[in-house]
Amino acid sequence: MTHDTSPAIELRGAGKAFRTPSGALHTAVRELDLTVERGEFVAVVGPTGCGKSTTLTLVSGLEEPTEGEVLVGGEPVRGIGRDVGFVFQQDAVFPWRTVLSNVMAGPRFRGAAKAEARERARDWLARVGLSAFEDRYPHQLSGGQRKRVALAATFVNDPSILLMDEPFSALDVQTRALMSDQLLELWAGTGSSVVFVTHDLEESIALADKVVVMTAGPATVKEVFTIDLPRPRKVEEVRLEPRFVEIYREIWSSLGEEVRITRERGAVHAA
Amino acid sequence: MPPESAALARPVSKPADRTAARARAVRNRTLLVQGCRLLVLAAVLGLWEWFARTGVIDPFNFSMPSRIWDQIWTWTAHGTAQGSLGAQIWATLYEALYGWAIGVAAGVLLGIALGRVRFLADVFGPYVKVLNAMPRIVLAPIFLIWFGLGPASKIASAVVLVFFPVFFNAFQGAREVDRNLVANARILGASDRRVTFQVVIPSATSWIFTSLHISFGFALIGAIVGEYIGATEGIGLLVANSQGTLNSAGVYAAMVILAVVALAAEGLLTLVEKRLFRWKPVQPGAER
Repeated sequence: MTHDTSPAIELRGAGKAFRTPSGALHTAVRELDLTVERGEFVAVVGPTGCGKSTTLTLVSGLEEPTEGEVLVGGEPVRGIGRDVGFVFQQDAVFPWRTVLSNVMAGPRFRGAAKAEARERARDWLARVGLSAFEDRYPHQLSGGQRKRVALAATFVNDPSILLMDEPFSALDVQTRALMSDQLLELWAGTGSSVVFVTHDLEESIALADKVVVMTAGPATVKEVFTIDLPRPRKVEEVRLEPRFVEIYREIWSSLGEEVRITRERGAVHAA
Repeated sequence: MPPESAALARPVSKPADRTAARARAVRNRTLLVQGCRLLVLAAVLGLWEWFARTGVIDPFNFSMPSRIWDQIWTWTAHGTAQGSLGAQIWATLYEALYGWAIGVAAGVLLGIALGRVRFLADVFGPYVKVLNAMPRIVLAPIFLIWFGLGPASKIASAVVLVFFPVFFNAFQGAREVDRNLVANARILGASDRRVTFQVVIPSATSWIFTSLHISFGFALIGAIVGEYIGATEGIGLLVANSQGTLNSAGVYAAMVILAVVALAAEGLLTLVEKRLFRWKPVQPGAER
């Protein structure tokens, strides 16, 4: 972190096009301009399949942009940065490792000694409430527990940039609310910057400082909304507040149109 | 007894009764299955013996269970013409195990290397396909010429038979690693080497183990065919000698011995596998 005043993440006219197997060029995202300040929680919403996830892979360094620039901490992204954490939509815990060993993986990969890694892993397992499960294998856990292992495994690396790709979309509604609260708690102690991709507008408003609405694919930023709900929030309570409903209505008027466009395209494809 | 108390008593005793009844039903079914298995074996052996004794089938060509048993007994008690039976089994097992170990090591190593490194796969891919298309058992005579009558020629034929199934499974396993797991490992800070050793190899292990089961059978085939073509000892030589003296009971006896050896090896492998795959969920119906 050399430039202390530079934003955590900056996308300048970033775009990504893939070659499809048939040889055609498919543009996933285009002309992305987006700034995430340090310690800010940004949620990205958009219609399904519009290229939200691609935005995250660009920031993480898993993929390179085909156009424009992606800066993290003021520096262009080259490969996977050490400050980045990524929580995936699907289960990405290692099934052959125990819970403890899964959480130890990050520090071990980064060269920490075994004892130190174990200590840090135990600390984070305690924070997500899984201390009693450290010897279990992932298949012995529920979906929510596995997600908590994934959160602990990500947070244990102390990432200053936290990227989350619809992390709770596979969970049931109650577990989801619980996990969202837990995420807010964990995040509050770290001061890291978060980009949280979701297609659930409620979730995004409840969690974020800033909601970015993407257009139908190929995606670009349509509008950015600031969420002025006070923190700390409890996701199940905050959604009942009148201000929440107001914000929801405002953003939906923008997002709904993109969802409609996507749906109409889907209908054309289906016909 | 008044009717109310009977109604009260019933739900208390019922669950225990049911559990016991269920356990009994499971036990009975196991007994039934095993009884029927024995019955099938007895019927096949009995019919064979009876047909051979009554002359429905020619006992000289087809032999019969009692003669096969006598043959095994003679070999066990008095040794074979080539030496003790134990030495013959050990010779074959030694060649098979040796060839198996080399074939598996080479198959896993090259399979993972080609599965991970695209360039190697592109260069060597067609050659591997060509070699695999060849009926490799015809190499056994060549190996006999190259390596002589000793164990080396049998080990070589076992290696070429074992290598390919193991190679293809390791290759496939390395190719089909969950991309999310690899991405996750890289984000968590794993180097390419770590990804190979801590993600690719563990997730390819279940593929590799599938091939280990069939490939030990192939190793035995390689050793036996090698011995059959030309050797100084081994069960394959027993088969060849029995055939040479028109002793059909001897051929069958050698087969029985081989089957026992193969089953024992399979059992050992399953034991190792169970220890290695404790992280895997038990699939319903997978346990026998």
